[in-house]
Amino acid sequence: MSSFRVAAVVTLRRSIADVQGTTVEQALHIIGFPRIEHVRIGKYIEMNVVAASAEEARAYVEEACRRLLANPVIEDYRVTEVEPVAELQVG
Amino acid sequence: MKFGVIVFPGSNCDWDAYWAVRSALGEDVAFVWHKEETLPADLDCLILPGGFSYGDYLRSGAIARFSPIMNAVIRFARAGGLIMGICNGFQILCEIGLLPGAFLRNRCLRFLCCTVFVRVERSDTPFTNTLRSGAVLRIPIAHGEGNYYVPPDMLRGLEQHGQVLFRYCDAQGRVTESANPNGSVANIAGVVNREGNVLGLMPHPERACDPLLGNADGLSIFQAIRHFCSAERPILMVT
Repeated sequence: MSSFRVAAVVTLRRSIADVQGTTVEQALHIIGFPRIEHVRIGKYIEMNVVAASAEEARAYVEEACRRLLANPVIEDYRVTEVEPVAELQVG
Repeated sequence: MKFGVIVFPGSNCDWDAYWAVRSALGEDVAFVWHKEETLPADLDCLILPGGFSYGDYLRSGAIARFSPIMNAVIRFARAGGLIMGICNGFQILCEIGLLPGAFLRNRCLRFLCCTVFVRVERSDTPFTNTLRSGAVLRIPIAHGEGNYYVPPDMLRGLEQHGQVLFRYCDAQGRVTESANPNGSVANIAGVVNREGNVLGLMPHPERACDPLLGNADGLSIFQAIRHFCSAERPILMVT
């Protein structure tokens, strides 16, 4: 078993108005970033997972997203990173 | 009759609910710590109070739904026990799936603390049986994530089955966009499950139970619950 650093991003579903994203987008336009569009604000969650493989670590976190990290009524999730955690070298 | 009030870490309307039942309504009430695994026997109505359970971390109610007491809450609901989730309690009931829907941040992105009007949509339920359909209540709200959302198909189901019990309205009972404080779909302020024994509402009736504090409209909901429980043959809403 190895340890993996896994990141998940949870955002509001596309069908749902993201008021926060819209407000931030307007602010970006005002300060000089008119080419930025469709801003969505989400949550970034990272964690260490002990698993036999990167695929297993990813599946494990996807299950955690379904059970707790995202609410399927309003949110989508995606696992964005799965990286092995470097072993600590002692001595 | 006997009420129970669940206390989660971060509940802050538990004493208000306790007081509303004990002093304003004059009925028996007991606190239930969230780490308990059983509810008191002979309970008629269980209240999930407002507050910020688990700091509202991740999403309002998302972590409280895994509290040890919640299995007993589900069993109580399935056995037909009355449950009223107020504000954060409503959010927890949605997260655990006893009620449909979920909550978004208020449309205005601000925490709202004010008094609003809600219209009673039907009077043949355990929670409104002493009120007339169309009655307007003045009830306080206090929430940052009170923007109730259900997808369009689920909303049709809610309306078809008469599950919307309270809607934000103006003082005359008109359900208008400007009377909607937080952007909730269809001005929904409170819903019941299909069976009609589980209610969730964002407004705080327990904060409006004493004329000395300027408003006792909320007491009518507690009185309706007592009336329902004291009826010889309680009849659950059939939808």
